[in-house]
Amino acid sequence: MQDAAPSETRDLRSYLTGFVLALVLTAIPFGLVYFDLLSVGPAIAIIAVAAVIQVVVHLRFFLHIDFKRTPRDDLLALAFAGFLIFIMVGGSLWIMIDLYYRMMI
Amino acid sequence: MTDAAATSSSGAATGLSPEQKEEKAFGFWVYLMTDAVIFALLFATFIVLSRGTAGGPTGKDLFSLPHTFGETMLLLVSSTTFGFATLATIGGDRRAVIGWLVLTALLGLGFVAMEIQEFSGMIALDAGPDRSGFLSAFFTLVGTHGVHVSVGIISILVMIGQLVIKGLTPPVSSRLLRLALFWHFLDIVWIGIFSIVYLPGVL
Repeated sequence: MQDAAPSETRDLRSYLTGFVLALVLTAIPFGLVYFDLLSVGPAIAIIAVAAVIQVVVHLRFFLHIDFKRTPRDDLLALAFAGFLIFIMVGGSLWIMIDLYYRMMI
Repeated sequence: MTDAAATSSSGAATGLSPEQKEEKAFGFWVYLMTDAVIFALLFATFIVLSRGTAGGPTGKDLFSLPHTFGETMLLLVSSTTFGFATLATIGGDRRAVIGWLVLTALLGLGFVAMEIQEFSGMIALDAGPDRSGFLSAFFTLVGTHGVHVSVGIISILVMIGQLVIKGLTPPVSSRLLRLALFWHFLDIVWIGIFSIVYLPGVL
């Protein structure tokens, strides 16, 4: 995937765009928590959204994941890992949080 | 001159076809995905144990947001400088590659130094991994990431050595591109660490 010929996705502008976007997406959650701007619930939601967007920014601008140029196998491996993570992490949290509330009764 | 010698000595390895290159990149990508699964499960473990402070210190008592922000910036800037090293690799500019790699390694060392400082400060406060479930999970997750970064720094130093001795031969640049994947990947894991461990811990 990374060995492909230089393409327009992999230039200076791509890394700088990624850097600036990542900077903004880091500053927002840190500022939110540091200056205590929101209550816990909405703050967690914004932290989560900023994190997910930032992961996508990193994948797109630093790792150059791209639906057109990235080999299909790499995308499949990424999707499969995402699926495994969803089952294992989601399942673990589901069971453990359920257990936590049942133990409280 | 060293370049010419290196090219001829590793000539057999330089004749990689595009398919072979893609295969190598795919193999490394699969490894990264397995690493992602490991980190994801350490995150799940941390979330489950994060309330288990056993009467000991909580994240609010221990974490310093400016410190974490500093670590975040070091990793983010180092990811960008490694990107510049990748561009220089593609452009075939060996001196620039070495320069950017040295800068990346220094930023990575700064990150590891800040992490060691944080860990030793916590252990001095009797908030080591043996204090509570929360701290066990914290040290395991953040420590595993720190070990990865340290291995990345060692790999960067090895690649600088290869660049000096062998030059920017096709196998060397192919290794550099895979190491770049590894380094960018660690920055992605760090996004999860500050979003799941530090920020909610301080809230």
